[in-house]
Amino acid sequence: MPVIIEIADANAKQADFDKIFSHFEYVDGKFNVFKPSSEISLINGGKIPEREYSSDMRKIFSLAEQTKLETNGYFDIVTPNGSYDPSGIVKGWAIYNASKLLDADGFKDYYVYAGGDIQTSGKNKSGGPWKVGIQNPFDQKQVVKTVLLSGEGIATSGSYVRGNHVYNPKEKNKTIKEIVSLTVIGPNVYEADRFATAAFAMESDGIKFIENLKGFEGYMIDEKGIATLTSGFENYVEQH
Amino acid sequence: MILFTFYALYAHGYALILVQPGKTDNGLIVSPSFPGGDATSLTATPPSTPASTSTPTSDASASVGGQTPTPGSGQYKDGTYKGDSVDAYYGLVQVQAVIQSGQIADVQFLSYPNDRQNSVRISAYATPILTQEAIQAQSANVDIVSGATLTSQAFQQSLASALAQAKN
Repeated sequence: MPVIIEIADANAKQADFDKIFSHFEYVDGKFNVFKPSSEISLINGGKIPEREYSSDMRKIFSLAEQTKLETNGYFDIVTPNGSYDPSGIVKGWAIYNASKLLDADGFKDYYVYAGGDIQTSGKNKSGGPWKVGIQNPFDQKQVVKTVLLSGEGIATSGSYVRGNHVYNPKEKNKTIKEIVSLTVIGPNVYEADRFATAAFAMESDGIKFIENLKGFEGYMIDEKGIATLTSGFENYVEQH
Repeated sequence: MILFTFYALYAHGYALILVQPGKTDNGLIVSPSFPGGDATSLTATPPSTPASTSTPTSDASASVGGQTPTPGSGQYKDGTYKGDSVDAYYGLVQVQAVIQSGQIADVQFLSYPNDRQNSVRISAYATPILTQEAIQAQSANVDIVSGATLTSQAFQQSLASALAQAKN
């Protein structure tokens, strides 16, 4: 998973970036379901009993359970084949923790990006809010919307033209087709990520879920290239 | 311009529909749909006075729990009110309205046709009309891009297939 950090502070040193990259390496080593040696892979392989889960693993399971309740079950880390895949919550949690590390070191103007989700803080090097583009789900080289963020988190959940990696936990055999991406802006990237994941599983109803969620805005794109915006989304959009 | 507002109680949903002459189909909104079951229109009850504002939530005049709100004011008494249990042909529908600060904060189903025994609470609260637009490529003069990254998924799929071959 690509990780990009930009600190708009001339005092930032290589060591400051390395600290954040190390954090992501730690998270990857523990939660990457594609790494056979990760704790989550060992758990899925039945090699670690629940009483021996690490404290960060317990934390993620607990946050996942809370999110499942808050989204009426639409967020669920249990996959159709019964194994655990917490990536829908780990990504936002990891980025959020990384941002806390930067805050603790006194940095005010930065963003932390990992796997398409971003935590922003303060201003970019031009002195304005961070300009975040929303990717065209049909052409990853294009941006279809630009939002201005300064402290908010943004997360995009999506499916792919060649195959789906997000499924609807309510109908485990059905793949998501009506919508191809759902971007959520929230008070921080952890919140944006978990609700983007759940809302995407609700298909076209997902944007209504975000609309009814206080403090969050969303931009949903359907398979025909039609976007639906929550009523406050325009407040974030760069005006020309 | 005259705004017509009417309420229809569906077999599994409560929908607030705001229709403006000349507005396209995108101007119609319906409540989130349930898994299973189609909407069956039961009754369409026009209000006694036409809406005078364009905000869908400000003139909800469905009477719930015997409490009749002040007509036209959009104000309600705070509290939770159970509606009548209504025969929707396919089963019974009963809703409960939650009023906070004088406004409808939530509408919940207490029962709906074919309801399965589960603790999932599905909100029947109709949302305001959401704007839609065709997506358009814009100048990519941005600091960073948010998206469901295709590259990392392709990487993961490729790695998974390699590892599958590597298994003993």
